[in-house]
Amino acid sequence: MSVQQVSVFLENKAGRLAEVSRILGKAGINIRALSVADTSDYGILRLIVDDPGRAVEVLLEKGFSASETEVLAVEVPDEPGGLAQVLEVLEADGVNVEYMYAFVEKASDDALVIFRVSEPSRARAILSQQGINVIPAEKLYRL
Amino acid sequence: MNYDLVGSRVELEHLQSQRLVRTVARVYQKVPFYRKAMDAAGVSPEDIRSIHDLPKLPFTRKSDLRDSYPFGLFAVDMKKVVRIHASSGTTGRPTVVGYSRQDIETWSELMTRALKYAGVGEDDVIQIAYGYGLFTGGLGMHYGAEKLGASVIPISGGNTQRQIQLMQDFETTVLACTPSYALYIAETMEKLGVDPKDLKLRVGIFGAEPWTEEMRQEIQERLAIKAFDIYGLSEIMGPGVACECTNQDGLHLYEDHFIPEIIDPATGEQLPLGEVGELVITTVTKEALPLLRYRTGDITVLNAEKCSCGLPFLRMSKVMGRTDDMLIIRGVNVFPSQIEAVLLGLEDVEPHYQLVVDRKGALDDAELWVEVPAHISLDEVRRLEQLSKKIDHAIQSTLGIRLQVKLVEPKTIPRGAGKAQRVVDRRSLYKLQREDG
Repeated sequence: MSVQQVSVFLENKAGRLAEVSRILGKAGINIRALSVADTSDYGILRLIVDDPGRAVEVLLEKGFSASETEVLAVEVPDEPGGLAQVLEVLEADGVNVEYMYAFVEKASDDALVIFRVSEPSRARAILSQQGINVIPAEKLYRL
Repeated sequence: MNYDLVGSRVELEHLQSQRLVRTVARVYQKVPFYRKAMDAAGVSPEDIRSIHDLPKLPFTRKSDLRDSYPFGLFAVDMKKVVRIHASSGTTGRPTVVGYSRQDIETWSELMTRALKYAGVGEDDVIQIAYGYGLFTGGLGMHYGAEKLGASVIPISGGNTQRQIQLMQDFETTVLACTPSYALYIAETMEKLGVDPKDLKLRVGIFGAEPWTEEMRQEIQERLAIKAFDIYGLSEIMGPGVACECTNQDGLHLYEDHFIPEIIDPATGEQLPLGEVGELVITTVTKEALPLLRYRTGDITVLNAEKCSCGLPFLRMSKVMGRTDDMLIIRGVNVFPSQIEAVLLGLEDVEPHYQLVVDRKGALDDAELWVEVPAHISLDEVRRLEQLSKKIDHAIQSTLGIRLQVKLVEPKTIPRGAGKAQRVVDRRSLYKLQREDG
């Protein structure tokens, strides 16, 4: 199963982020990682949660614009040049990285980074060929 | 009183002229406002011999009704008045309208005509979700539907879940309300998981606010019905001044009771048939509140082509806008209905918008707020920017003016049972304050 990220459209006004966390908290959904991309008017909140399907459901119910996006959770060697190594592998095969952000927990000694790429399944294949570990959803949501 | 609907245009014009001459003589005699206005315009009742003399008569404006608050323009004694309706008066004093027993009879008759030509009959169950009360929508529709012999559910506006419940339980076949409320009902059904195809609903009679052809398509799809446009205004009567027949190609204006003209709103000149302008109506059978050349403020165009439904009356297009809705932004005329049409024509965009106009220094600053649809996948800022650019381009090419597009969260723009709040013009607020002060 591929890792699903929850993307939420947010206007730049006070209390919206708090509102999302409150809704998810009430539904018993745990936020594992997050990142925000923003412009002067609005932003996109990207979340890794333990139950993405349910998270989208409750957010839609509360009137938010929310959807699921497939991302990769990649183990990156926790050492200087570690991230560069992974990016080079993807770049060599022409896979475009749209954005990425760090996951707080670790599955091993390696750091865990969330990647949004142009072609997730091809990227997964390329990375595993190079011995780079891509964590499956079942494992990631439970970390 | 009833006009034979198979009559020719010549007969119709003869009848109109007869009724006009009578009306003018009566208001000159009974309503001091008209005597004064006609004297000032240098026209006497004898000068009006046919409908071709209409341009000699002075206009009546909404402000004239307000200035004669409450009953100053009535042409009968109050003991003859059996019903009073009034506008909400949010923009000043309410405008008050009155009806004699015969007026109510005429109104019911015309509403019956409207429903009949929209394919509604005595077997139908009509749910009237227009507001009942001082607003003419509810009771106007009610009397017509009852006279037709249909089964009427006088539920009035609001309480949308209950509306849907009764549609299911009472097997409603016809829904009458404002088009924006119809969309709201459709939205609520989706939320509740009610499939409109499981309902008996087949026809919608929608009016009391301007709506576009695209909005019709959307309502027809989302509610699985045929949607008809009905036109009316309380000053003239209420709903049933004009209505679409089953051809859905223009609203037949019931000329045996109302004589329409199209004028240039700026100069007041009568325009030839087929040109776009402000609709002006003269009532020729009303007893309690007859009005000469009433400026409706609605922008439309009249079509004289014969309609296959057999009605001999001119057809007005869907109302394209209001003379007073018309915004002048940086010198360009903008109608909110144009914006709606643009949004409905775009993919991945919902027609929920608000136009916010302000003044920054000497310049007009216009922001167009558009809701992001709840279900569309917009994970990247780039895609959102593409979306707002797409709206921006479409608006610019249709309106010829640039509006600053701002995407907002779903369901944050007010909507609901009443007339939709589409425009916030902070400039006119300043103007009003100045006038008051």
